[in-house]
Amino acid sequence: MAAFFDDLYNQFYQSFIEADRWMKYLKGLGVSCLVTLGALAIGIILGILIAVIRTKSDQTPKNKRGVLLKILNGICKVYVTVIRGTPMMVQLLIMGFVFFKASRNLIGIAILSLGINSGAYVAEIIRSGIMSIDPGQMEAGRSLGLGYGTVMKSVIIPQAIKNILPALGNELITLFKDTSLVTVIGLVDLTKTAIQIQGKTYQAFMPFFGIAAMYLIIVMILTSLLGILERRLRRSDRK
Amino acid sequence: MTANNKKENALIRIDNLTKQFGDHVVLNNISDYVAEGEKLVIIGPSGSGKSTYLRCMNLLETPTSGSIVFDGQEITGDKVDINKIREQMGMVFQHFNLFPNMTVRKNITLAPVKTGLMSQAEADKLADDLLKRVDLFDKAEAYPSSLSGGQKQRIAIVRALAMKPKVMLFDEPTSALDPEMVGEVLQVMKELADEGMTMAVVTHEMGFAKEVADRVLFIADGEIKEQGTPEEVFNHPKNARLQEFLSKVLI
Repeated sequence: MAAFFDDLYNQFYQSFIEADRWMKYLKGLGVSCLVTLGALAIGIILGILIAVIRTKSDQTPKNKRGVLLKILNGICKVYVTVIRGTPMMVQLLIMGFVFFKASRNLIGIAILSLGINSGAYVAEIIRSGIMSIDPGQMEAGRSLGLGYGTVMKSVIIPQAIKNILPALGNELITLFKDTSLVTVIGLVDLTKTAIQIQGKTYQAFMPFFGIAAMYLIIVMILTSLLGILERRLRRSDRK
Repeated sequence: MTANNKKENALIRIDNLTKQFGDHVVLNNISDYVAEGEKLVIIGPSGSGKSTYLRCMNLLETPTSGSIVFDGQEITGDKVDINKIREQMGMVFQHFNLFPNMTVRKNITLAPVKTGLMSQAEADKLADDLLKRVDLFDKAEAYPSSLSGGQKQRIAIVRALAMKPKVMLFDEPTSALDPEMVGEVLQVMKELADEGMTMAVVTHEMGFAKEVADRVLFIADGEIKEQGTPEEVFNHPKNARLQEFLSKVLI
């Protein structure tokens, strides 16, 4: 029994303490979080843009759609179809080794790839949110002389975001976990760190269970933060 | 003043307005007007097209054919900035359509500020004044969800008034209210009428129509079947559909 615990401690020591390896995990975790945040920002901006274009197109009668709207809507449709129809890892490989093969800015490539990927999903979530808002809200805004964009920005989107927050939260959590895929382009994130340490120590148990725990803790923190945000946004319903 | 004279100073003139949804003809070649200062009340059975008619006036519905002229400008034309036109036409909806994500004050001041009509400070001052007028000053910082239906509709009226419109369009403003709240909303509308506001009101409140209207339109099957003073329309109806309609609503 004592030998077993000794062995476990040895593994722990080698995987985390020796050569200050715990700092490597923290650094990797930092990279994973940074990629998540960057990708989230790109994803939400892309998502809102696409959702608004797609909704505007859906709400405009066919014969009244302008050329620009038709082109934009076409681009958005293709984008959503292609991104949702191909694996994220393949997208990362294409971005890393085809489009940006000369670039060494791996974090930038990772953020861009995940952001573009996330945008397609966020767009559909936001679109469902916008469609869940009573059309009377848009009519009321327009009847006051406000433009389509202003009503969207001040009235529709804030209400839509509140409705879709649980779905967006899910997307954020998925995005965070999916950052582990960036190892394929050589970026040293949390997962890559564990792989490297396993390669040095020949110990797999501690590094991989260790990072699993780290991912889990971050996801739990995110879940509780989202809960707080949701309650704050719901305040206007109760007052 | 004869009807023809009034048509001369029409604030809104509607000519040969037709509205179709697919093959379904909702409004069939309607020509009429809303004169400056007039209180026009539009009655008719549900599904008759009266709401659609009102919604065509500020182009919430796009007419299939025909023209609408507001304040001397044809708004059905191509080169019209419809937002500028709508700034001058207030609208009140059956379901209030207040913005639930904003306080009452923000609901009122959003449009005047965003359209550049006034500064935030001016809009706040105006909101205070208007809220005092409808006895809801204490609700300025409340959110719409905490208000009763009658309060919501009074706020919705105030929100439209904050744009200082030339005409107010009311689309069945009391139809979604509990009966005991209808009175407070009609009271605000009566006061507005007394101040000389031009109003077009789609309603089922025949009492209001009798008391306030200068002219009553009866729309059925997408056509104006009869029009005249409340006295003419309610006490001496000539059209058979109108007689039948009145016998059902005036018990």
